[in-house]
Amino acid sequence: MSNGGSMADRNNERNNVSSGVASQADSDYAADPASSTFFASDLKKYGDLKNMLESSKDQLRLEAMKRIIGMVAKGKDASELFPSVVKNVVSKNIEIKKLVYAYLIRYAEEQQDLALLSISTFQRALKDPNQLIRANALRVLSSIRVPVIVPIMMLAIRDSTNDMSPYVRKSAALAIPKLYSLDDEQKDQLVEVLEKLLGDRTTLVIGSAVMAFEEVCPERIDLIHKNYRRLCQILMDLEEWGQVAVLNMLTRYARTQFADPNEKEAEEDGDEEFYEEDQSRPKKLTMDSDLRLLLRSAKPLLQSRNSAVVMAVIQLYFHVAPKAEMVSNIKPMIRLLRSHREIQSVVLSNIATLAAKPSRRFLFVPHLKTFFVRSSDPTHIKLQKLEILTSLASATTISIILREFQAYISTSDRELIACTIQAIGRCAMTIAEVTETCLNGLVALLSNRDDNVVGESVCVIRKLLQLQPTAHKDILRHLAKLIGTVTVPMAKASILWLIGEYCEQVPHIAPDVLRQVAKTFPKEENIVKLQVLTLAAKLFTVNPQQTSLLAVYVFNLAKYDINYDIRDRGRFLRALILPGGHTGEGDGGSGGEFDLFSKAAREILLATKPAPVMESRFKERTELQLGTLSHYLNTRTAGYQDLPAFPAVSLPSNVRDVELPAVDIAKKITPGKTRPSQPKAEAKFYSDGETEEDEEEEEEEEDDSSEEDSDEESDDDDEESDEEEEESVKKSAAVGNGEVKASGAVKTPKAVENGSDDTSDESESDDEDDSDEEDSSEEDVEEKGKKPAVKPQVVKPPVKAAVPVVRDIGSPKTDSAGSSPRTAAASSKTAPAPQPSKTALAKEVAPPKPDKVKGKSQNIDMLLDFDSEIASSTASIMPTTAPLFPLGSPIHSANKLPGGGGAPTAMPPVRVPNRSFPLLAGGLNGGFAIAYKFPRRPFIYSAKMVAIELTFTNSTDASLENIKIVRKKLPPRVEVQDFHEIAVLEANRTAHGTVGVDCGDTTQSIGLTVECSGKQYDVTFKPRLCEMLRPIAWNKEEFEKARKNLSGLNENYSNVELPAKLQVKSAVVDVILDAANVAPVANGDDVDDSGFVVRFIGQTVSSSSNVLISVAVRAAGKAIVTVNCEKVMVGSVVLQELREAFSKA
Amino acid sequence: MWRAEWMWRAERQVALSSLHCTNKKIQKALISRIAMLHSFFIVNASGDVFLEKHWKSVIHRNICEYFFEAQKKYRRLDEIPPIIHTPHHYLIIVHRSNLFYIGVVNKECPPLFCIEIMHRIVDIFEDYFGDSKEATIKEHFVVVYELLDEMLDNGYPLATESNILKELIKPPSFLRALQNTVTGSSNVSSILPTGQLSNVPWRRAGVKYTNNEAYFDVIEEIDAIVDKSGSIVSAEIQGYIDSVMKLSGIPDLSLTFMNARIFDDVSFHPCVRIKRWESDRMLSFIPPDGHFRLMSYHIGSSNLVPLPIYIRHNIQFKTGASGRVDITVGLKQTMGRPVEDVKVDIPMPKSCINCSLTPTQGKFSYDTVSKVGTWEVGRIDPQKLPNIRGTVQLISGSDTPESNPTLGLHFKVEQVAMSGLRVNRLDILGEKYKPFKGVKYLTKAGLFQVRT
Repeated sequence: MSNGGSMADRNNERNNVSSGVASQADSDYAADPASSTFFASDLKKYGDLKNMLESSKDQLRLEAMKRIIGMVAKGKDASELFPSVVKNVVSKNIEIKKLVYAYLIRYAEEQQDLALLSISTFQRALKDPNQLIRANALRVLSSIRVPVIVPIMMLAIRDSTNDMSPYVRKSAALAIPKLYSLDDEQKDQLVEVLEKLLGDRTTLVIGSAVMAFEEVCPERIDLIHKNYRRLCQILMDLEEWGQVAVLNMLTRYARTQFADPNEKEAEEDGDEEFYEEDQSRPKKLTMDSDLRLLLRSAKPLLQSRNSAVVMAVIQLYFHVAPKAEMVSNIKPMIRLLRSHREIQSVVLSNIATLAAKPSRRFLFVPHLKTFFVRSSDPTHIKLQKLEILTSLASATTISIILREFQAYISTSDRELIACTIQAIGRCAMTIAEVTETCLNGLVALLSNRDDNVVGESVCVIRKLLQLQPTAHKDILRHLAKLIGTVTVPMAKASILWLIGEYCEQVPHIAPDVLRQVAKTFPKEENIVKLQVLTLAAKLFTVNPQQTSLLAVYVFNLAKYDINYDIRDRGRFLRALILPGGHTGEGDGGSGGEFDLFSKAAREILLATKPAPVMESRFKERTELQLGTLSHYLNTRTAGYQDLPAFPAVSLPSNVRDVELPAVDIAKKITPGKTRPSQPKAEAKFYSDGETEEDEEEEEEEEDDSSEEDSDEESDDDDEESDEEEEESVKKSAAVGNGEVKASGAVKTPKAVENGSDDTSDESESDDEDDSDEEDSSEEDVEEKGKKPAVKPQVVKPPVKAAVPVVRDIGSPKTDSAGSSPRTAAASSKTAPAPQPSKTALAKEVAPPKPDKVKGKSQNIDMLLDFDSEIASSTASIMPTTAPLFPLGSPIHSANKLPGGGGAPTAMPPVRVPNRSFPLLAGGLNGGFAIAYKFPRRPFIYSAKMVAIELTFTNSTDASLENIKIVRKKLPPRVEVQDFHEIAVLEANRTAHGTVGVDCGDTTQSIGLTVECSGKQYDVTFKPRLCEMLRPIAWNKEEFEKARKNLSGLNENYSNVELPAKLQVKSAVVDVILDAANVAPVANGDDVDDSGFVVRFIGQTVSSSSNVLISVAVRAAGKAIVTVNCEKVMVGSVVLQELREAFSKA
Repeated sequence: MWRAEWMWRAERQVALSSLHCTNKKIQKALISRIAMLHSFFIVNASGDVFLEKHWKSVIHRNICEYFFEAQKKYRRLDEIPPIIHTPHHYLIIVHRSNLFYIGVVNKECPPLFCIEIMHRIVDIFEDYFGDSKEATIKEHFVVVYELLDEMLDNGYPLATESNILKELIKPPSFLRALQNTVTGSSNVSSILPTGQLSNVPWRRAGVKYTNNEAYFDVIEEIDAIVDKSGSIVSAEIQGYIDSVMKLSGIPDLSLTFMNARIFDDVSFHPCVRIKRWESDRMLSFIPPDGHFRLMSYHIGSSNLVPLPIYIRHNIQFKTGASGRVDITVGLKQTMGRPVEDVKVDIPMPKSCINCSLTPTQGKFSYDTVSKVGTWEVGRIDPQKLPNIRGTVQLISGSDTPESNPTLGLHFKVEQVAMSGLRVNRLDILGEKYKPFKGVKYLTKAGLFQVRT
């Protein structure tokens, strides 16, 4: 083996470092052929490789690198080549470069000085326009374990966290643990960087960031607070490995933050403060809503194909969820058992732990048969299964299990047999009903030919007999007969002990047994000898007449035994029963204080002994965290940390509330503004106990955020007002967080308005498929809504508005239109075109096709052939999939991130009116009619287009074919994306097609020529600008701010006379939302005695200009509709359209 | 004796190589919780460490000595426990196609995480090279090394999707080798794979086919234990839907079943939208390109699982030195389809010298080393049930074997999923073309054992 050699090599390497520097210098003029040959001959080995590496041909160098990497992979030492290889780091060929990188990572540590030569290349590469090259450079740079470059690495990581590319940011996150392991003094700086990365908005980065968090600063739980809810929500979208990291981290987080959802007793004997506080708010022993959020988000991951993810969810549920919820985790666990052998083994050990807990046992009983042993299982898996079966045994299952055990006893696997016998013993002990049966079965095994079986049975029988000794004289007799034949020492010892212990029940046999063993005493194993001595002593005390001579004989033998234990035991027992050192001719008749002992000897020797307890060897593992390495090995491995115990009371959840970025800005710009008294009023909300805690928590929080502030921007704000402001914001945010804090006593108007959190909850969870952006923006609105209306005016639009702001899912909406986005989203999902009719249609249309296909390949059973109607179904099913379609939107948002500072978050439509407009009348065109409507959803192919759904109706008798757009007559800047061709439209049916329209913010009419069954129809329509908008999430401050900037020409207003039925706020809101695809401004309604003002905000899809709409209604039914828009034309047209809408309403 | 020597050296080497990190990092090790793969070795059956890769500092390959020690303790290769505890490290061992993949970690980590990664690595090898045999890996040393480099960074998984990897490092092929030699282009891509940043990382962009095809293979494996008397102790179905997608662009598929309620438990490829499954019981997904496992499902023993085949047996060993074997295979519920590729494994007692069994159909062979007789029956003719009988010779004077063997059974039934699962329809959205679609059903024996 190469062992000795490599030791030597290692020493060489050390020496080489210095010579390597020299050769590097040489190689500068290696282009000179003469010097290169000289150089090559200088080295004994690898001369040819060196030559190749210095060749000018890429191909040769690549070949050389491949051979070198081959050597590295095989574990051969290739460090000598370092100087030559390192030069190739500048190669243009990407493959050579990669191989050099791989080499560098392997050997840089050994050749630190030389490795430094490559650093500048990486620094250059970090600035490369290609993101892959940047990321790779960072990866390699951080993998070079040379302490000198720590500052360079730190700088590189810092820079990369600001990179545009999420991939580079991911690499930065991965580099953090590397740097940390190289130099842990960088920790503080790294934590700072990490904090930023944890807030990253792309899922790609988060997984790695959490990984780095676990590695670098797992104790900084405070960094998680703000990201907690978002982490929960994006859990599904993370890559699988990230999911494991996040789940494990959140388990620990949950243990530090939330009260045990199970533990009633702990709460009862907890301090009284808890109860006092409990009375001040509704009695809620239920789970913290944040914990609920975590559990709910984690649950779908049970369906992951990755066993590590599934296990992570299971351990999460095991450690933090209420016991009852464990049920759903069982089936996935059972599923994992069919996976690879290694996975099976780990999962079984976890199941064994669960099953060992009596409270969880019932969970596995339905799956009992899964744990039946197969002869093909490896032994360790067999034993684990046996363990589980034993744990699952109960009065109801025992019969099945015992039958199964019988089968195992007759297999050829000895280890399995031995363990089965023990398992039977355990069952017999725990289940009184079967004790007798088991015992009989075990006795039957005593006649087995296999010594091991007999031995094991005896040992188990001994334990069982101890439980109820009186009833089993027969068994004792049977055992006594075996003494001559049993060879297993442990079994023999067990029999002897049993007979000694219960010698009074078998008074005739016992002395005889002693006689037998006394004969063979010198040949016995030590363990047997000890038991012989014990037996002798016991018999002597009970029946000295018959046994005293034998006993003395045995003690004499023991006196000269080779083993000191036996000599000791002999001496001790002899002193006990034969006081005064007699050689014993009789019944302890001598007096003295020794008498005391010998009188007590009986009590000492034959005291009743507690029966042994046989229990699962997995019982103790429950203390270790499920699914960890420590758990599997049942030792605390390096780096293992116990899960913290639950806190007695859930820590206040407002630490997890996320502040609006807008607030930060507002704060910075107008620092000194005085606050209204609102926060103080809210302070009463908490009972005293909680407020204290709160403040503690907040202090911590403030530290963080001020830290954050200072490194983000240099703000010369005065610290006090800063704090004050922040505190009040937090308080108010806490108020808004209805589910946790909403109480009957303090009724904020918002909480009252939307009391039914639960229903919205459900629809929300359905919506989780939607892209993050939508989710978060929705949350955004809520968040903004919750801020008190007393914010100072925002000076510039929110820079970080694009950062998703995560809020508790269950918290209520604020304004009257609050829950409509959800319902809208839900309805768009639940209203697909009628599917069954489609199927029927398909059957009718294309029956011959399957035959043809069958002819092609017999094994293929065709799906129903519905090719012919794909196009039509595409269109109609689109609405169902649009919200699910994960492409596009997040990518767009990712693109927005670096540059587009002020890009506000888009929202799902607030309302989708089901109104269609005729485009082509059927009567005039032979029964072919076209209508259009605005489904108000983004067009999937382009972000600048609005989807318009065309409905084709065929009221003729014949079917129409090939409906498509053949010509478009478009004004400048207007673009239209065609719908999919509709192949067939049956008589009296309708079909749908979706076109995308980018109207370029004009209202010029669009002409389309639609062809249908060869005939062409010209249609024109005018885009309605109100529909060419998309809603965005703004709050009132932003709205008013923007509106001020859009005065003068940009403002259009008009008086509208409102009929009586429209003079209520909700009616006005309805009109506007029906007419235009806009969103109500969060908190944007002013109501006073004289009337009310409602505000709406939208954005044109094509140019992203904001359209601000406000309607002020005064008492007399007079309303002023104002539209502000930077595009004057758009503003006036929108106003015009809104007026129409009002007049029609 | 020399073994002990080696162990000592191994210990020392390992200690040396990790000396500088252990000294300094002891404190750190106490707090950080997730450690990732430190190093990775591939060992063949004869105990050669033929590939090593280190993601952090180098751990000498002598660490594998601990594994060899464990290997000696167990009779069968698959009995080696998956995790071995050494003084400073933990070895995580994955055994596949006769190679051992040994991952080294040095502190607490979720073991399944490492096991999954290592299996994934082997999956990728198989995906790239067709198989993961020793010779294949040796042949593609450089690509393997590049892959390992790309798949993990610092021991933490970076890119494990086959489609992403294939964009980064092109799989080897003869044509490409030729092309590279001529044009000087390389196997390694210089641009970031599109999948990395997209929301569908499993699918590469710009897929184009002239013939668009989508195939689904519904494969069910029946795991069963049948006891002496022929009654079923347990029977379960483990099912998979494997797909081959050759679809251009970014198709959005939805697949529905006739009877989606029969599943006890399911797991999906990440592409499947789980919410959609929960609400509508349909598989809605944007598929990866090429082969992949769309879903696996489990139908537990609480359901009634029909077994297509039964065995009548009469096996007796007598105290002398011989035994008699008589086995008949018959058909039960086959849903009208032929049962093919039937094979019966008959493990003989250790004391068996030879056995001469004559089948009425098929072939019988006996491996004297592993003491397993294999009867390859082939297809079962319901009119004339296949039978095998004969005598077994045991070492004379040996004890009568305590137990009868447990027979292993293999078979397959084509065009039937025993659970009754049927695919209803497949819809394609987002693309205009009409793909060719096909579904194939197959039932085969998984762990099917008959106790005698």
